[in-house]
Amino acid sequence: MSKKQGFMKALKCRECGTEYPLEATHVCEFDFGPLEVAYDYDTIKDSMTKEAIGSRPQNMWRYRELLPVAGEPTVGTKVGYTPLIKADRLAKRLGIRELYIKNDAVNYPTLSFKDRVVSVALSRSVELGFGVVACASTGNLANSVAANAASAGLKSYVLIPHDLEQGKVINSLVYKANVIGIKGHYDDVNKLCAEIAGKFGWAFVNVNMRPYYAEGSKSMGFEIAEQLGWKAPQHTVIPMASGSLLTKVHKSYQELAKIGLIDESEVHIHGAQATGCNPIAAAEKAGLDFFKPVKPNTIAKSLAIGTPADGFYALRVMKETGGHAEDVSDDEIREGIRLLAECEGIFAETAGGVTVGVAKKLIESGKIPADDSAVLCITGNGLKTIDAVDGHVGATREIKPSLREFEALLEAEKKVTA
Amino acid sequence: MPVSVRIPTPLRKLTNDEELVTVEAKTIGDAIAELQTKYPGIQERLVDENGEVRRFVNIYLNEEDIRFLDNKNTEIKDGDEVSIIPAIAGG
Repeated sequence: MSKKQGFMKALKCRECGTEYPLEATHVCEFDFGPLEVAYDYDTIKDSMTKEAIGSRPQNMWRYRELLPVAGEPTVGTKVGYTPLIKADRLAKRLGIRELYIKNDAVNYPTLSFKDRVVSVALSRSVELGFGVVACASTGNLANSVAANAASAGLKSYVLIPHDLEQGKVINSLVYKANVIGIKGHYDDVNKLCAEIAGKFGWAFVNVNMRPYYAEGSKSMGFEIAEQLGWKAPQHTVIPMASGSLLTKVHKSYQELAKIGLIDESEVHIHGAQATGCNPIAAAEKAGLDFFKPVKPNTIAKSLAIGTPADGFYALRVMKETGGHAEDVSDDEIREGIRLLAECEGIFAETAGGVTVGVAKKLIESGKIPADDSAVLCITGNGLKTIDAVDGHVGATREIKPSLREFEALLEAEKKVTA
Repeated sequence: MPVSVRIPTPLRKLTNDEELVTVEAKTIGDAIAELQTKYPGIQERLVDENGEVRRFVNIYLNEEDIRFLDNKNTEIKDGDEVSIIPAIAGG
């Protein structure tokens, strides 16, 4: 056993509890279970008070005691504390009493929730002495690793499926990252990364650094609870790719209750997937506690993981919290994107369309009661996936710079809407 | 027939640090049994008490997850490559 580092005690297997030193390793040698960071909650309780948090800058590191770095963070120090918007117009459209949008479409610096996990993973990578960082990604993670590595002077390799949206590819290339397109689905990329992680002495943020990386997602839940006035929401709807974000948002509410910052309350955690890649949602709807892998075929490429690493745990969280999963078609995803944009002025990427579409279904079916309050987690920005909505959001009407033509246009419009 | 099997880091203590080993086998199930003969103790790490591949272990035959093939009954041809990979990664 290594000694305690900061507020971290050890890495611990989630299945059998075997402890490991706080190094770059992610899998238990005995049962291949995931390693998680174990914390010293007694010390954290004394240090992480509401007053202390309130006195700190508005970014995710205001909860640093519950984020796994030993010293002060060095990468991504301005990430997080994105807006929590009370979405009254969308609430009305979806038929629910109270609705909030947690808007990570404007997370700093790369416009997705992945900046949260990357700032933790890279800060920890620097602590552990790595000079090269890498990841397997569906796009957003690649953007974030590339940008944050550039700002920290680290060399980066990002591995992505070869057919990603152009916006996501260019958003990695511009930072001079080494971008490698793999001919296959994300699951093929991930398999390759699992094989090469460790081989070259690199910090693979979502492979050998995964125990640290994944904890960064908790900051989204910490912020939601603080922004609601230190309470956990009744319902949280979360998009699922690997299922990791869902499990970590749940963990964030549990931890805040454990250290006394919020009261114990009933929380329901719901998961959202695209019908074209729904291994976790299909299993939840069938009442299974395990999933069957699928071959993805959806416009929600950021969620296109057919073999989700945390699928098992995501199913368990939904079951334990009385939450549900649903999935939506490509057309329903586009409708979700439009709804959020038209009602709240927020342009989300396809994963956001999935979350809104699934929330709509869960409210319609009564699985989220109309009298309750819900938070939707929007995880990425629509400007990165314009290919998915191009041709589905209307078109520009062109006229000459003439008053007559403009009046004619308005006249024609009146007739159409009359 | 001889097939090569890629061994993941957590199991290399059992294979004397060998990353790529060779076994004679006709199916994935055979290959696991053969691995056990050569490297005692490895089988229980890969399959549970009911003989099913463990939850956090993924097995691939030439890049394809065996759950898309015939699971443990998936047939192996001469020169094929089997990879054993921890399921917990990515996302």
